[in-house]
Amino acid sequence: MMDNLSLLVQVPVLNIQLLLDGIFVGSIFALAAYGLALVWGVMNVKNLAQGDFVIMGGYIAWWLSIDVNIWIGMPAFNFDFLWISALHISTTAIPFLEFMKPAIHPIFGLPVAVVVMFGFGWFIYITIISRVIGKDMFTSLLATFGLALVISQLLNLAFGPEVQVAESGFEVNSFFDGMVTVANIRFISLILAGLLAAMVITFMKFSRMGQAIRATAQDPRAAKVMGIDTERIYAFTFALNAAICGAAGALISMIWVIQPFFGIAHSIRSFVIVTAAGLGNLPGVIIAGLGLGVAELYSGFVFGAELQQFTVVGLLVAILVWRQIQQSRHRQPVQ
Amino acid sequence: MSISTKFLRALTFGVAAAGLLAAGPASAKVEGDTIILGSAISFTGKYSTNGIHAKNGYNLGVKRVNEMGGVMVGGKAYKLKIIYYDDESTPLRTAQLAERLIKQDGIKFLLGPYSSATTKAMAPITEKYKIPMVEAEGASRSLFTQGYKYLFCVISTSEQYLASSIALAAEIAKKNGKKPSSVRVAMAFENDPFSLDVRAGVMDDLKKFGMKAVIDDKLPRDLSDMSATLTKVKALKPDLLLISGHSKGAVTAARQIKEMKIKTPMIAMTHCESAKIIKKFGDSTNGYLCPTQWAETLNYSGAAFGTAGDYDKLFKATYDGYKNVPYQAAQASAAVLVWKDAFERAQSFDTEKLRDALAATNMKTFYGGIKFSKAGNNIAKPMVLRQIQNGKLNVVAPSKWASHKVDWPRK
Repeated sequence: MMDNLSLLVQVPVLNIQLLLDGIFVGSIFALAAYGLALVWGVMNVKNLAQGDFVIMGGYIAWWLSIDVNIWIGMPAFNFDFLWISALHISTTAIPFLEFMKPAIHPIFGLPVAVVVMFGFGWFIYITIISRVIGKDMFTSLLATFGLALVISQLLNLAFGPEVQVAESGFEVNSFFDGMVTVANIRFISLILAGLLAAMVITFMKFSRMGQAIRATAQDPRAAKVMGIDTERIYAFTFALNAAICGAAGALISMIWVIQPFFGIAHSIRSFVIVTAAGLGNLPGVIIAGLGLGVAELYSGFVFGAELQQFTVVGLLVAILVWRQIQQSRHRQPVQ
Repeated sequence: MSISTKFLRALTFGVAAAGLLAAGPASAKVEGDTIILGSAISFTGKYSTNGIHAKNGYNLGVKRVNEMGGVMVGGKAYKLKIIYYDDESTPLRTAQLAERLIKQDGIKFLLGPYSSATTKAMAPITEKYKIPMVEAEGASRSLFTQGYKYLFCVISTSEQYLASSIALAAEIAKKNGKKPSSVRVAMAFENDPFSLDVRAGVMDDLKKFGMKAVIDDKLPRDLSDMSATLTKVKALKPDLLLISGHSKGAVTAARQIKEMKIKTPMIAMTHCESAKIIKKFGDSTNGYLCPTQWAETLNYSGAAFGTAGDYDKLFKATYDGYKNVPYQAAQASAAVLVWKDAFERAQSFDTEKLRDALAATNMKTFYGGIKFSKAGNNIAKPMVLRQIQNGKLNVVAPSKWASHKVDWPRK
């Protein structure tokens, strides 16, 4: 460990590499965490399937980026769903329905992931979330945890357990004699994450829908009295969160790797960030997201990769303890 | 009332007793002229891809044996058949299914599941019932340190996976006029039983050559980022980089080695093939060294399938959709051949006699030599090292089997 620290001092340029990599990936963490904060703040639902939404978005971008012969001779994955097999049989009988899906660059897959995930989020709200929204916290945790399991298993059935990557094919730039490398795709994903965040913030601030969402978050009963259809607001918020996750997932598939069971790590990261930043604190979410990205890379460097993810969970514990101490100072004895 | 209760109780008891009788071992091990083997293997879950490769291998082995006239025991020809259960890639389920195969189905001859973890769950049960198992997909060294007597494994164990790359690095250092002990090694291994076994083998070899490990990182199970480790590699410039973390480790490493322009002259990693890194990352993977249990270009041969190349052709002709024959399938077929050989030498279906026959196995197959140590692992077949050269995997070490020269330094 001391060797690694002294290495950082001896070769200071390594700090730039770690900081940059941390910020690039942290921006994506912040995106997913913002979605979680939105749902948590507006609906008081703690979505444990957050990371699985992210992975789902990644699979959409990845699937669009590969050549797939639709219905017939699907080599890359095996659809085991009954309805697909039914389609499979009927279309093999009519061969002219067979066609090659063109490969779409994963960056263009991102908007598709956003749209598909928005629809998926709305569907999940109507079928599941709307039934647990008024219930106690335990029920909603259980429901979203179940949802997380179902999503990861369905992804596994549809695409198999292999790790997948969406290749951008972009150049890699070197600085400082190759000691610092920045893949263009990482830089682009940082800009895209920033753009998306700016869009969502503008939407929340200035559109009628955004105002209605904020009003509902403040006081759902008052909002209802004022004629806001809170049920629709909830559905929209949940769908918006899924769409944000879809975008984050598409970016993850281009700079990291995706696998059906990797969702949980992303869920935990989102929870850490939101817990650290607090609800409704957007600058806090952004700073905590970037900070977590950098912290992960530094701890991976200094303590070794085995403690890289321990940092995430360790930070969560530290933050909760700190919060507890902070709150106990404000606590008044009840008379 | 008392009469009806008594009657009911008697009835329940009778039904239960009948059930027990029916469930008892119906001696299904040999039915007529068919010998029944059993296997609990992964058709769903995270091992499903390789589980299905293994099943195809088992089935091809059975098909070939039956085509060749079956198994001759006591002057009578028996056909082989396999009963499968899906263990859903979970060791707990494998253990339950092992009980079911042995106790309910009365299977006396087992083939292994896929993966070290599930094999580890199964072995204590086969030991308990003294049922011999020939496995082809669990390479963990720890399987062979427990003193199991009924477990036999046709593949090379995990500590040999990357050891040959250390020997190769020493050879290259000597050729360049340097001492092998001057070689500096960076290691990134997943924190799971398999990869830690691979690491243990590497550590032994490092000690043998007096080499130094400058990085020794352990990757967590669901890590999807290795850039911290690779940043260290950039700074410390090791001569050899070793990576083992199943397919996900190989994909993550290959992506980030490309993105971070890592220039290490020698890189060796497990699971290159199953991770399909050549297809995913193209030219950037040239020069990677990949260990394999088996390759179709090796000049192994045996009675049932002919040469390794013949097996390759037959497998591709039998199953659609395979561009390369995965070694997971080849070794599964080899396990079936081991059973046939043992039945014919034992001339009996007695599990104790079969166990002794299995222990005395010494045969040549398309998959290489098979001879078991006292612990049950195969000691007659080395791991071979292939290098990615212009997008193709060519055997470069050990020199006895090499078809191409190693490219060093990696381009």
